[in-house]
Amino acid sequence: MIKYFGKRFFYMFLSLLVIITATFFLMRLAPGNPFTSEKQLPPEIEANLNAHYGLDQPWYVQYFDYLKRIATWDFGPSFKYKGQTVNDIISEGFPVSLALGIEAIFIALALGVLLGVLAALYHNKWQDYSSMIFAVVGISVPSFIMAALLQYIFAIKLQVLPVARWDSFAHTILPALALATTPLAFIARLTRSSMLEVLSNDYIKTAKAKGLSRGVITVKHAVRNAMMPVVSYLGPLSAGIITGSFVIEKIFGIPGLGSHFVTSIQNRDYTVIMGVTVFYSILLLLSIFIVDIIYGLIDPRIKLRAHKKGA
Amino acid sequence: MSALPNKKDKFVVVGSQADHAEKINKPSLSFWKEAWLHFKKNKLAMFGALLLIVLITMAAIGPHIVKYDYATNDLMNSNQPPSKEHWFGTDDLGRDVFARTWEGARISLFIGIAAALIDLAIGIIWGGIAGYKGGRVDEIMMRIADILYGIPNLLMIIILMVVLGQGLGTMILAMTITGWIGMARIVRGQVLQLKTQEFVLASRTLGADSRRILFKHLIPNSMGPILVTLTLTIPTAIFTEAFLSFLGLGLNPPLASWGTMASDGLPALEYFPWRLFFPATFICLTIFAFNVIGDGLRDALDPRLRK
Repeated sequence: MIKYFGKRFFYMFLSLLVIITATFFLMRLAPGNPFTSEKQLPPEIEANLNAHYGLDQPWYVQYFDYLKRIATWDFGPSFKYKGQTVNDIISEGFPVSLALGIEAIFIALALGVLLGVLAALYHNKWQDYSSMIFAVVGISVPSFIMAALLQYIFAIKLQVLPVARWDSFAHTILPALALATTPLAFIARLTRSSMLEVLSNDYIKTAKAKGLSRGVITVKHAVRNAMMPVVSYLGPLSAGIITGSFVIEKIFGIPGLGSHFVTSIQNRDYTVIMGVTVFYSILLLLSIFIVDIIYGLIDPRIKLRAHKKGA
Repeated sequence: MSALPNKKDKFVVVGSQADHAEKINKPSLSFWKEAWLHFKKNKLAMFGALLLIVLITMAAIGPHIVKYDYATNDLMNSNQPPSKEHWFGTDDLGRDVFARTWEGARISLFIGIAAALIDLAIGIIWGGIAGYKGGRVDEIMMRIADILYGIPNLLMIIILMVVLGQGLGTMILAMTITGWIGMARIVRGQVLQLKTQEFVLASRTLGADSRRILFKHLIPNSMGPILVTLTLTIPTAIFTEAFLSFLGLGLNPPLASWGTMASDGLPALEYFPWRLFFPATFICLTIFAFNVIGDGLRDALDPRLRK
């Protein structure tokens, strides 16, 4: 078990190193130096600026400096806005994004599992068909189109919810729903197929034969076991929520990390793009790693496989 | 068989004859014919296929059946609602949304199909070699793929687009740099499974070299899962294109893709909703069509899933 986690941790670390290295060198290839957009600088000042940010050093010194800084949780300065660092931007925007993301994950999990369980319990009945049509539609509608649609219906036409901004709970409903749609549909499909498989098992028959009620069988025996694929989907889910938040935050004018990231892309603020990318990557790889550990801890069957894999 | 003491009229003993036991009543069908029969029964998938045919036809003829060009500005007629003149209305520069929608269909479909085909080519070669060679080669090749697989896809695509600059070619390049890994894994799994089977041994005994075994026997026999993955890669690429356009990393004007049209139309949602409505609807319809076709293919091509 520990060997398996060690191995997984090592791969996570390697992936992270590849990301940091790739972003570092790609950003060096990016057209123009960090100060090009400003007024023509006298060469002395540019040299001073370069010296201040360490840009006059050879690339390998800069690279290892960058690695060292990231290891100490320092993502570097912004070249477009003086005095602002990537850490400032993260600590300002991330709590907002986190709140939105958690709300979306909660909606996706709660409704997705509910739909999936209903579809499996009423297999090949109208409940099943309507949930699955809903799911395939949900997968086909990208989050930003969902966002525009919700905005148009609930904010512009019906005027029951605010169009944009981030002030009260009412402001969070539409963006969280838009962000949750696709993962919700995925979770519904996952839950359904996994529930169907679980329901065909002998221990469900045993439970029925013992005279347990349908509710007890569903909740205690079936749903708990059917949740395994959903747990393993939590990693990709958080990735989807994070990348989805870029456009959703922009559409709804939410001052989160996602919209800061998009602004930095549009301004070509290279150090911020790089810093936020690395931050997101660390976040994602860690969450996938944690999901893996949780998965291994709650499913005793996985230990066996892990030993086989490790051998 | 002896006569059974059952109700006579409901149970008739037919007996068995030796020469009938070996007779095959059903005509023998090839794998693909049988898969087609199963696919045909799936109403949702057939609907998706029909939808896709309509979309592709319209992408082919759409820009030619109206007298407007997708790139010509007509500022006197900007932001016109849909009418007899402009079927889908016009945008802020007075360009005909109908012509732009189908011009955009060409580009969006092209991006999706091109990205999927490049993924397919790299994936088949990488996964095929890794699976077929096995051992050390497989270990190294798949470890590389594992490490790349851990990288968040969209983030890497964004970085690449920022660095490489906007454009059709760079977009396809950025998508395929990380996109091939899924396909490589599928191909490797299939090849690993198939290579121990007897027909491979037979082919080898007959003197076939590795390349022939891989490309004539192993890959064609893995076509089912490959096709499903391919069908499901296309909507992902179309989605990614639209997503990048929203971030301002899309194509350069006046080129129209559904993504750029939707992202241009979004700020005008309140007063000129048709500018978003048409491209958005077709993005959804296309992704929907490919998704249900992919699901249908998976059910039809995987005998284990058949009821």
